[in-house]
Amino acid sequence: MRGTTRTVAVAGISAAALLLAGCGGGGNEDNGDTTTGTAAKTGGAITVRGCNPENPLVAGNTSETCGGNVLDIVTAKLVEYNVETAAPENDIAESIETTDNQTFTVKLKKDYKFHDGTVVKAKNFVDAWNYTAYGPNAQQGSYFFEPIEGYADLQSEDPDGAEGPVKAPEPKAKEMTGLKVVDDTTFTIKTAEKVSNLPVRLGYTAFAPQPDAFFADPKTFGDKPIGAGPYKLDAWTKNAEIKLTKFADYSGKTKGNLDTITFKIYQDSNAAYADVQANQLDVTDEVPASAQIDEKYKTDLPDRNLQKPVGVIQTITTAPAKVDPNYGPEIRKAISMAINREAIIKAIFNGTREPATGWVSPVVDGYKADVCGEFCKFDPAKAKEQLAKAGGFKGGKMTLSYNADASHKEWTEATCNSIKQALGVDCVATPVVDFSTFRTQIGEGKMKGMFRTGWQMDYPSIENFLAPLYGTGASSNDSEYSNPDFDAKLKEAAAATDAAESNKLYQEAEAIIAKDMVTIPLWYSTTTMGWSDKVTNVKVTPFGVPDYASISLK
Amino acid sequence: MGKYIVRRILQMIPVVLGATFIIFAMVFALPGDPTAGKCGDRPCSPEYVAAFREEHNLNDPLPVQYGKYLGKFVQGDLGTNYYGIPVKEDLAKRYTITGRLALMAIVFEIVIGILAGVLAGVRKGRFIDNLVTVSTLFVISIPVFVIGVLLQYQFGIKWGLVPATVPSLEAPTSSLILPAFVLGSISIAYVARLTRTNLVENLRADYVRTAVAKGLTKRRAVGVHTLRNSLIPVVTYIGADFGGLLGGAIVTERIFNIQGVGGYIWKGINSRDGVAVVSTVTVLVIVYLLVNLLVDLLYGVLDPRISHE
Repeated sequence: MRGTTRTVAVAGISAAALLLAGCGGGGNEDNGDTTTGTAAKTGGAITVRGCNPENPLVAGNTSETCGGNVLDIVTAKLVEYNVETAAPENDIAESIETTDNQTFTVKLKKDYKFHDGTVVKAKNFVDAWNYTAYGPNAQQGSYFFEPIEGYADLQSEDPDGAEGPVKAPEPKAKEMTGLKVVDDTTFTIKTAEKVSNLPVRLGYTAFAPQPDAFFADPKTFGDKPIGAGPYKLDAWTKNAEIKLTKFADYSGKTKGNLDTITFKIYQDSNAAYADVQANQLDVTDEVPASAQIDEKYKTDLPDRNLQKPVGVIQTITTAPAKVDPNYGPEIRKAISMAINREAIIKAIFNGTREPATGWVSPVVDGYKADVCGEFCKFDPAKAKEQLAKAGGFKGGKMTLSYNADASHKEWTEATCNSIKQALGVDCVATPVVDFSTFRTQIGEGKMKGMFRTGWQMDYPSIENFLAPLYGTGASSNDSEYSNPDFDAKLKEAAAATDAAESNKLYQEAEAIIAKDMVTIPLWYSTTTMGWSDKVTNVKVTPFGVPDYASISLK
Repeated sequence: MGKYIVRRILQMIPVVLGATFIIFAMVFALPGDPTAGKCGDRPCSPEYVAAFREEHNLNDPLPVQYGKYLGKFVQGDLGTNYYGIPVKEDLAKRYTITGRLALMAIVFEIVIGILAGVLAGVRKGRFIDNLVTVSTLFVISIPVFVIGVLLQYQFGIKWGLVPATVPSLEAPTSSLILPAFVLGSISIAYVARLTRTNLVENLRADYVRTAVAKGLTKRRAVGVHTLRNSLIPVVTYIGADFGGLLGGAIVTERIFNIQGVGGYIWKGINSRDGVAVVSTVTVLVIVYLLVNLLVDLLYGVLDPRISHE
């Protein structure tokens, strides 16, 4: 036992020594680049909450937050999003120019380097994008490149479906015709159709450039990714931690303040929260439900917490008419008016959601309040009237399905209760074993009735809340909504060269969604964070992720 | 004795094979698609799903999948899980930390549990007996996560005596004391009660009366003669408990953020990760069998009448 005690003491002393060194070494430097303009201290090391990435860390193959949070600061993209306003600002790009919303000329800044010392060239973008888009590489970010001309030639249809014995033939081409390298610092993007918000999209991780080392060996690259971002990945101990250190040669304007950021992997947000309270973890981006009750976190972590709306919306989707014909548009309006959003948010979520008044999150450019109008306001009398007008509910009892492996039971039951009381129709919250089964049932058209759906934006644009969810045949169109007027409006908006004009057209498209009440908007999510008393300057991006680069030690 | 051990070990082979196949079939039979949670809140692209299924042999029928798995298993290759991490590497680390935790919990059970049981048994009906009976009842009736979170808050956050969570896979033993105590808490109570009851029972037995009548001190009568006999059910319980603590530490592991075996099985089942689940459970089965063998051998030591010759 004596041996153990001693090691603890030594570890304690060396940690204190490191801290002192961190303060002494970096304390005098001012960093004028931080967005607030106040002099933040640079240097030092912190630990932040992380979780296990679902896939190897490859920018084009990561679409969940555990890996995404890490990759976001490891990679640099053409544009980055302003922490406060979500507006895109040039990062690697010197300029992105277009006259017709179809051919974009991208000029790169010359001084950007990857973590392995090689210079970021136009070729690194074009090759990375082609790799991600190429069907047989099976990258999750592939669909981001769909608008680019020639994307379809990189895909191939499996003749007998994924289950059949015949393998898909090789696609026609390996490179998209819409991407052309002009010289080392210039390339052009041609889209198949007009896309007004292409520059906004380019800040997503899937659009990050990849160094030559990636193409040499994509398989092992994911264990130690190389990017051009403000931090480089130092070591990834599986299931334990991911250590990032500051990249000295990063020439963008959002240079990091800290020398090292360690993502400590937690299975449970309660454990992470306990560590923040005990000052053993510096930042947690998830405050557990137990600490949200009566806003307990505000007394646990006084002045060390923050709550902000993020680009996430929760909705109720109803099964397509061919699966379940009992939930027509007029019935959906009745249901929507029967849900007491404020009361549920207060009772179940302790006020950590905002009632939705439309289908687009308020954090994005182009958001218009109150698109849903009276149909998203709780009014039992009107709801009943609307139900009678729609001819009543013919399916016996309503069901609202949810995946039972996450905490959805309480709010679905409360929602059903609200519907039952207002409409006088029985409503049952129905659990489905887990998320995978839940998604499979929806995908195969076996899910009847209502079910919960959520959407987290990929990039901060009104378009991202409409096209992927309600466009005919779109990837996440769970209700299989198809309306030529809506599709036409999307197309028109994508062609508009003026951003304001484009947003206006998208808002008109959203109005069509409102008219058909395609899904029932419930609420917008907010994110709650807490931090230890060692750190300061913790901000959160519109994506609900801490802005790691701006955090500094006190 | 040697022959007995060899026979027991040979018997383990069909048990291990049968267990792996049943578990494999069970994971296979679960509904749901392993790739569904892989792409955040949206379904994965068909290309991604196809590549994923190909890589993990998911397109083969069950017996072929099992055959491929077993073929690799015999060569000592446990495959990679759905996160692309080799299962063998992962399991070695996870069993190390959970094993340390379970062993420490067993030490707590033996030291605190048996001591409390003996004290209560010898002083039956007195204050100490009532104290032990009531306090163990109290512990048994509280769910383990309540004990865990409470102790974590008091010792880890409020007083800062121990780390609130376990820092890493190579955690120092001091940081495991609190989780091990929490993990073993309910078993400590059971061991104490089991020891007490058996001791009280045996103290009334004829041979104890004879021993005392022949002039043996009470200390010797209890310590050498009665306790040895009373410990047989306790040893059985502790042996079975060790296996349970290894696989069932999931609650404690989550509270203290220990990347151990319980959480691995849970995660594996949730993501339909057959290879990970089967390998982990197979190791558990082997541990169970070995511990059981050890317990059977211990019987002979505690009570020479139970002999394996």
